[in-house]
Amino acid sequence: METKPRLPVLWLHGLECTCCSESFIRSSHPLAQDVLLNLVSLDYDDTLQAAAGFQVEEIRRDVMKKYKGGYILAVEGNAPTADGGVYCTVGGDSFLNVLTETAKDAKLVVAWGSCASNGCVQAAKPNPTGAKPINQVISGKPIINVPGCPPIAEVMTGVLTYILTFDALPELDRQGRPKMFYGQRLHDKCYRRAFFDAGQFVESWDDDGAKKGWCLYKMGCRGPSTYNSCSTFKWNCGQGWPVNSGHPCIGCAEEGFWDNGPFYQRLSNVVVPGIEATPDKIGETLLAVSGIGVAAHLVSTVTRRQFAHIKPEDEPASGGDKAEKE
Amino acid sequence: MSKRVVVDPVTRIEGHLRIEAVLNDQGVVDDAISSGTMWRGLEVILKGRDPRDAWAFCERICGVCTTVHALASVRSVESALNITIPKNAEIIRNIMELTQYVQDHVIHFYHLHALDWVDVVSALKADPAATAALAQKVSPRWPLATAGYFSDVAGTLKKFVESGQLGIFQNAYWGHPAYKLPPEANLMAVAHYLEALKWQKEVVKIHTVFGGKNPHPHYLVGGTGAAINLNGDNAINMERLEFVRGLILDAQNIVEQLYIPDLLAVASFYPEWTTYGGGLGNYMVYGDIPQNGVNDPSKFKFPRGIILNKNLSEVLPVDPADANQIQEQIPHSWYKYPEGKLALHPWDGVTEANYTGPKPPYAQLDENAGYSFVKAPRWKEHAMEVGPLARMLVGFASGRDDFKEVVTDALGRLKLQPAALFSTLGRTAARGLESRLAAKWLLEEYDRLIANLKAGDSVTANTTRWDPKTWPEDCKGVGVEEAPRGALGHWIHIKDQKIANYQIVVPSTWNASPKDAKGQRGAYEAALLGTPMADPKRPLELLRTIHSFDPCLACATHVTSSEGETLAELVVR
Repeated sequence: METKPRLPVLWLHGLECTCCSESFIRSSHPLAQDVLLNLVSLDYDDTLQAAAGFQVEEIRRDVMKKYKGGYILAVEGNAPTADGGVYCTVGGDSFLNVLTETAKDAKLVVAWGSCASNGCVQAAKPNPTGAKPINQVISGKPIINVPGCPPIAEVMTGVLTYILTFDALPELDRQGRPKMFYGQRLHDKCYRRAFFDAGQFVESWDDDGAKKGWCLYKMGCRGPSTYNSCSTFKWNCGQGWPVNSGHPCIGCAEEGFWDNGPFYQRLSNVVVPGIEATPDKIGETLLAVSGIGVAAHLVSTVTRRQFAHIKPEDEPASGGDKAEKE
Repeated sequence: MSKRVVVDPVTRIEGHLRIEAVLNDQGVVDDAISSGTMWRGLEVILKGRDPRDAWAFCERICGVCTTVHALASVRSVESALNITIPKNAEIIRNIMELTQYVQDHVIHFYHLHALDWVDVVSALKADPAATAALAQKVSPRWPLATAGYFSDVAGTLKKFVESGQLGIFQNAYWGHPAYKLPPEANLMAVAHYLEALKWQKEVVKIHTVFGGKNPHPHYLVGGTGAAINLNGDNAINMERLEFVRGLILDAQNIVEQLYIPDLLAVASFYPEWTTYGGGLGNYMVYGDIPQNGVNDPSKFKFPRGIILNKNLSEVLPVDPADANQIQEQIPHSWYKYPEGKLALHPWDGVTEANYTGPKPPYAQLDENAGYSFVKAPRWKEHAMEVGPLARMLVGFASGRDDFKEVVTDALGRLKLQPAALFSTLGRTAARGLESRLAAKWLLEEYDRLIANLKAGDSVTANTTRWDPKTWPEDCKGVGVEEAPRGALGHWIHIKDQKIANYQIVVPSTWNASPKDAKGQRGAYEAALLGTPMADPKRPLELLRTIHSFDPCLACATHVTSSEGETLAELVVR
């Protein structure tokens, strides 16, 4: 790596809250400083870069020219498409224009977070700005979706280091997400799963079950329909995740999660398993009664997972597989 | 002939901000406009939703000041539903908020603001041994201060620069005449940029303990989701508490041994910056860190109050619930109000987008027309500055000993008079001084939590009004807070168990505000006046003053939009 030029990254910000950048700098392995100094050349990122104004737009155009087809476009946030894109402008131009211009000669696009991957909060009903995720405004480029609000720090740096180390895209699922981080439901690896299986639930905040750390399913937990790494390697260098702190998962890595609420209403009208119900039975019940608040694609995802041996994910993921071969 | 300088994007901030400044013949700023160039429509999206979910939506207003909007939101709902949260919940929320202060302020100083004062390229000329001597003098108790350490940092920097790929440091203003630090001070600052970057990911683990993750920890109307069970292994117990305590001690160490020494060292090279950037001279603080519930401001650690015209001998009261005090105007904002309405209190707030700016791509905005997605909030028609400087001044003027102690200590060490606080450097220093208080209070709040647990109270949630069936049909609430960037308010109207209206007036709405109907400038605009620029093409001086406010534009421009027909729905009748 020492003598090789570092891969240029142009990191654009559209409609967003910068939680993805904040999460990124929380990375413990690799450290953010290693990414910045040794792994990539973060040539454009309005959160961290020293220059401002026309100097940074100059950098963006220079990199696009000098590294044509050879830079990573990382996008945090998404583009408002209503009314000619006036609801987000950068350097006097619409973010929509800046995004499409910068994507044109990118090697690949990394869509950071739920904004870029799925639309997230500004795309929640009634989506007043016409906010659209990146794969709905950019085509013809491999796009890696890294959902979550924000994504876990080591998921973000992990995606970049995979690309740099193996000079290839990680395997993606049908939604364009890296399988290495979005392959399992939180519920399947939840440390409170045993309580779910035993029918032991928190029924009210701070009740006896809450103090004993029982299952939060009845309080609205989205763990059973959310694919992410929270229950695998957790947040902030493994210190925990929302369920650890006694709060249900709100499903922030899933498409349309803002409109799958209210958050404290449990996922479906499924009969809660009684004592000694088997996990298989519960799984079957969940599948059979897909019910209120569960988007159709989630159900199909759950179904696919149940029959994982059929390998449903080998359909091409928004151009990703193609790029892998390039 | 006057000259117009445009800075867009303003970098090292949160969100999208554009500054246009007009320079006179002497190269001094004569006029300036501040334009927020994005909005997302959060308030429209909140309408009709479950008020207990609002914290999660609001938290996504900003990921840099994560947690603050979640807190203001749960407070607004609790205010509307008349919920008193348990003492443990108050303390845990205070700990999370103060953690945010320390983390956010340290990141601001080192990663968003320092490069306005520190010349990274000049650091290459530094002598590592001389840098070590300087570091030991500046902070005798900070251990990483050897020639070997600085030699390693210099080596890393040299390799980086020689690679020809300068990444985030390229095309910047290195060598600009406004940079005054000697090479050794620059190298020390670069080293500490990296140390602070490493540390900030640690302190946020306090949020992980109580809220499950950071950014965007989870909150709960009525208390905290985190239960306490000192005799259990699956809730907050002694191990989790000790973990938090250790992180608090580390935070105190970082503030006292790294941040404050660096701040004072850098400040000592820029005395002229205590004469620029003063701006409005009006300061507003809602107050925060309750000790006896949010309804008793007399017990807040940050006292509530207003200072007008830099008059520190009088602190005026402020009431966020009074319809005649806080009102938002829109004469230069891209919004429309109903016929005949010029200024609205947030409970009656209306927001209909009405973009009248130039079609992108554009070169220049028109200061006589609408020029920003930020509204113009005013207190009794006065433009106000909010944030750390406002808090330090109100605390100081209110006669609070802890505020007086840190302010007089810093002024003494820099040999400055209190008037020096009304400046760009004063704003930057106030953020550091307030971090000293926040780090100290963190341990005080931790001790209060332990004392309460010792007294046998381990309750963390009040669930009496969790069920919407217990709610009144129609109610209003306001949740106010001192976010790191300043006074924050969420106003909610709940009807038939749903959100009927939700209005948010954030710190950067006050500070980044455009002109009002009287032509009064907002805080950024006022602070830029009189700033001399050595080289208009390299706007370092403008960035210094703008960054001293720590802008957060996603916050400032969270506001709603709607099609014409939606407007009618937004009006609270």
